[in-house]
Formats: sequence, structure tokens, C-alpha cells
Amino acid sequence: MACFVVPAVEAIVIAAAAKSAQVKEEKARLNGGETFTVREKIPLSRKLKWLRNMLLGGSALLAFEHVWHGEITAWFPFLTAAGNPADTAEMLHEMATVGVAMAVLVTAVWGCMLLVTDAIEKRTAKTPSGVN
Amino acid sequence: MTLLTTVFAAVICTALWYKNAPKDEMKIGILCWIYWGASLMWFVDAVFEYAELKAAFFTPAPAEMLNDLYLGLSAVALGLVIWVVFLLAKDPRGAIKEALLHKKQ
Repeated sequence: MACFVVPAVEAIVIAAAAKSAQVKEEKARLNGGETFTVREKIPLSRKLKWLRNMLLGGSALLAFEHVWHGEITAWFPFLTAAGNPADTAEMLHEMATVGVAMAVLVTAVWGCMLLVTDAIEKRTAKTPSGVN
Repeated sequence: MTLLTTVFAAVICTALWYKNAPKDEMKIGILCWIYWGASLMWFVDAVFEYAELKAAFFTPAPAEMLNDLYLGLSAVALGLVIWVVFLLAKDPRGAIKEALLHKKQ
């Protein structure tokens, strides 16, 4: 009904966090804070952008599915389920279960990706001159 | 069927991205993120549907399957449209800029 709203909201929050991290990294770079070892690591802002892209892309295609099924309209309140209290309660329940589960799974997969990239970074750092 | 369609699209895009990695001139990486994000979300949707329908989940009516396939293909097309818009806006090869400049000359 509106499960895609939860990951879409998370995407907006992550986009803001990625922007803020990018500004901080830029400042650190300009202040000469970046060292050789820092350059070997993937910046946090880039990692956050992976999550943002997954959440935004997924939410966009899911929103399209809801338009397909006639659950989203171009006029207020935009969600057909928001028209009456019974449907609204069902919609909120779906957002709390399916929507939250979607956001959690995408974030968990991103977390696993971070573990893998961290392991690759550590392995590269251990190898002399970063060559395997 | 929608989940299957997006998973196939995600796998194909990831293979294409890997073929040219680390170069990503065509920004295929964006398509990977879009399709994997959608696949994960539709997977959750499928799990909840399975919990409700049990075995009936695996035996959908042919008309329902066809509609889901049509939806899946349309979703893949929408992902491609988003990618093309992003690619033209970023113009990583500078082709649009060059074409416009050549026209002016």
C-alpha cells in the first residue's frame, strides 16, 4: 500500500548524511588532514552513497508498482489507502512490517558490503605497495 | 515474476559492470544499485506474501503471472530510463558537450 515510503524516507536521511560527510572530507582534505593511509580507504561519503542509491532506486521502482496497482494517485491524499480510516490503519501496519523489513534488509546487505570492502582494504594495506 | 525479472536485470547489469570495472564510463553501476535495491525490496514483499499464501504462492494464475511479468518488464524499462537521464545529465564522456559545441561552430 505504501511500504516504499519507509525506505524512501531512509534514503533522504542517508543522502543528507552523505552530503554532510562529503563536506567534512573536503574540509579535511583542504586542511591537509588527508594522509597516505587515509587515501587508501574508501571515503564514508562514497559508502553512504551506495546505500542511498540502493534505497532510492528500489523505492522508485516500488513506487511505480504502486502506481501500476492504482494505490497512488496524482491528487491529495496521493495514497488511495489514506482515503478512509480502515485502509489507513492497514497501510500503517504494512509500512511498520513490510516497509521496515525492506529498509532493514537493504541496510543489512549494505552492512555486509562494508565488511567485505573493509577486509579488502585491510588485505591491500598489508600487501607491500598494495599489490596482491 | 516481478522479483525474478528485476533479479535477472540486476545480475546482467552487475556482470556488465564487472566486465568494464574499474572503468565505469557508461555508469552501469547506477543500474546495478537500482535493480539490486528493487530486488531486495521485492524479495521482502515476496516473503510476506508467502507467509500469507503458503504453497499457493508458487502456483499463481496464468493471467496474474503475465501481469506480473508485464509489470516487471515495465519496472526494468523505468530503471533504464532513470539510468539514461542520469547518464546524459552527467555526460561522463563529454559527448553532449562536444556535440553542442560542434553545432555552434
